[in-house]
Amino acid sequence: MSSFWMIFVGAISVGTVIGCYFLLRWCLSNKTGIAEGESMGHTFDGIEEINNPLPRWWTIMFYITMVWGLIYFLVFPSFSAGHEGLFGWKSSNQGVLSMEESKEATKQAIADGKVIMYDREVAMADEKFGPIFSEIAQQTVEDLMADEEALKIGKRLFLQNCAQCHGSDARGGNGFPNLTDNDWLYGGEFNTIKTTLLHGRQGAMPAWIDTFGEDGIKELVAYVQTLSGREVDAQLAEAGKAKFAVCAACHGMDGKGNHAMGAPNLTDNIWLYGGSERSITETLTHGRAGVMPAWKEILGEEKIHVISAYVYSLSNKPSEDK
Amino acid sequence: MSEISQAQSQYNYKVVRQFAIMTVVWGIVGMSAGVFIAAQLIWPELSFDLPWLTYSRLRPLHTNAVIFAFGGCALFATSYYIVQRTSQARLFSDKLAAFTFWGWQAVIVLAAVTLPLGITSSKEYAELEWPIDILIALVWIAYAIVFFGTVIKRKVSHIYVANWFLGAFIITVAVLHIGNSMAIPVSMTKSYSLYAGAVDAMMQWWYGHNAVGFFLTAGFLGMMYYFVPKQAERPVFSYRLSVVHFWALVSLYIWAGPHHLHYTALPDWTQSLGMVMSVILFVPSWGGMINGIMTLSGAWHKLRRDPVLRFLIVSLSFYGMSTFEGPMMAIKTVNALSHYTDWTVGHVHSGALGWVAMVSIGSLYHLIPVLFGKARMYSYTLVNIHFWLATIGVVLYIVAMWISGVMQGMMWRSINADGTLTYSFVESLEASYPFYFVRFLGGLCVVAGMLIMAYNVYRTVRGTEEHMYLETKPA
Repeated sequence: MSSFWMIFVGAISVGTVIGCYFLLRWCLSNKTGIAEGESMGHTFDGIEEINNPLPRWWTIMFYITMVWGLIYFLVFPSFSAGHEGLFGWKSSNQGVLSMEESKEATKQAIADGKVIMYDREVAMADEKFGPIFSEIAQQTVEDLMADEEALKIGKRLFLQNCAQCHGSDARGGNGFPNLTDNDWLYGGEFNTIKTTLLHGRQGAMPAWIDTFGEDGIKELVAYVQTLSGREVDAQLAEAGKAKFAVCAACHGMDGKGNHAMGAPNLTDNIWLYGGSERSITETLTHGRAGVMPAWKEILGEEKIHVISAYVYSLSNKPSEDK
Repeated sequence: MSEISQAQSQYNYKVVRQFAIMTVVWGIVGMSAGVFIAAQLIWPELSFDLPWLTYSRLRPLHTNAVIFAFGGCALFATSYYIVQRTSQARLFSDKLAAFTFWGWQAVIVLAAVTLPLGITSSKEYAELEWPIDILIALVWIAYAIVFFGTVIKRKVSHIYVANWFLGAFIITVAVLHIGNSMAIPVSMTKSYSLYAGAVDAMMQWWYGHNAVGFFLTAGFLGMMYYFVPKQAERPVFSYRLSVVHFWALVSLYIWAGPHHLHYTALPDWTQSLGMVMSVILFVPSWGGMINGIMTLSGAWHKLRRDPVLRFLIVSLSFYGMSTFEGPMMAIKTVNALSHYTDWTVGHVHSGALGWVAMVSIGSLYHLIPVLFGKARMYSYTLVNIHFWLATIGVVLYIVAMWISGVMQGMMWRSINADGTLTYSFVESLEASYPFYFVRFLGGLCVVAGMLIMAYNVYRTVRGTEEHMYLETKPA
């Protein structure tokens, strides 16, 4: 905001409170020329108004809130942009545009001795709970699988951070992988799961409508359906098979997919975006762009370690190992 | 010629009658929609897998219907009545007044069609798309011309306090509606807001909170300032209190919007500014309650036998309660617990059902016999039953939402020894079900009361019973 606007906003915001004060003072004394308790002398459709004084307790309440308001204005950033308040209090480092800027701002605030509420709460939480997660992060996945308490922590973190997409039962939904079926796009080893959580994944199925046209897509869809054992027009499927060579680059000649590229297995009848003819047609026509966010900067590696163990445990039941 | 039939020809009562009847009709429609979506929260199957019956589409239909259809018609009816009676002048223009009636009904019908179809600007309480927004603006400007035109040609020297509030309501709602609805249309049914990001959010809640402040408060205070002294047959308690609380209320309310955006991307200074103004606002709000309730001093006994007056006074009590609760919830520390929980929903309904609906209903029970030339309502027993249904309904509703809201807030912030949250969101939802059921029961009571009112109004308007003839009115 330009300094003009800052002064303008400050003047009308503080002015409103001070204006209310003078309004109250003005009405406290009787300037009506009519004795208190008497009618004002004008009637409206038979309604009269009495010139009663303002209730004392109400007046006192008004004073208290106004004084409190002005003190609050002084202490906290309040009446206009750029006003910092007496102790430089901030809820968070506002205006940062990236993780780097955020970290930089946090450091700067500590150096300047400013109170940044969010940073302070994060620091307190790290101090209190950090050791618990550091200890868990030392354990191998085998240890964690046997540690019921650790898996519960992993589950809670999952419910709060992952369930929004993957569901409370981790069975996913359209576009969000089921994590309980031991079918993996990028591989189901513990370390692979952890890598997925740390750095995220970008699924990229290209759109093929320009390459194959509507007829070509129809043939390919028929062929893809045969891969998971469905009965379709054999002629169409045959024509599709010839075109599948292009798809094989990622999905493999046998259609069993490729973990290295996150290309799904097309033969197991597990479908991320639905396995109906219509869904497969849509996938081939327009492509798909799946996004698993990177959690490293948000949750930190230690928490991801225990969430990964929980996710791993969903497909590798700890009880069966015993 | 009796006084009432003289008034029938001196004033334009036709438009008042139209709006008064539609208030009852839209009240039943809007509140029934509310009960239906309350039921959906318990039994989600009630959407029947139809897109236009989903909660997300019917909820804005409910809010628009109760605020703008029910509340709006009540305000049009009473303001046209009050401004004529207290100015001793006929409405400035009968034709423009008729335009506001038919225009406003068109807006309501368009809302009832477009919202279930999923056509929405997605701004809360301002969901209607741009062609309807333009119609609203036109109706509103016509309303302002009729209202202020009538004030200008008044035959009394002063302007009555009810008209200050109604005037402030009309002017500010025009500014808010036009300001917030500014958008770039891309088709007849789709537009994009002119504002972006945190500015858009701030504009939206500047509008949103002042829809509460000016539509649901200033307007209804205007209604209160006429019907309370009229029904109680007592003078207004304090003229000077009217002056202070009017000016303080209108100048403070306009700042309160940011308290809807605590702990968001809104800058800190805007948040604390909104909070401070909201807390100070508590005092002038209570000024209105005091002035209304104290008007009854020396006439308290009337409450015992007049159910209409009871509606009006209980509405003021709910007004006092929710204007205490609101500033408290605007305090950031309290807001950290209450925001996004059912507590907010309860707070809104203690204002909307307890204050807005009850003051409107009380005013209508005063107004309907006068408008249709009858001595009294068909049945005061039914008015009394309505009063108790409404009161019990509101209390059930807000108590259920208080408990479930505080419970949700506590569950969401509860943490384990390892710092992880104790409950997932869905667990707090599960815990809320019993309270959703109580809320549903409360809503049913309120709608049942409205249906009784409709019957009572119908019998009054038809008015064939002997006790309703003006001639038999006891002196």
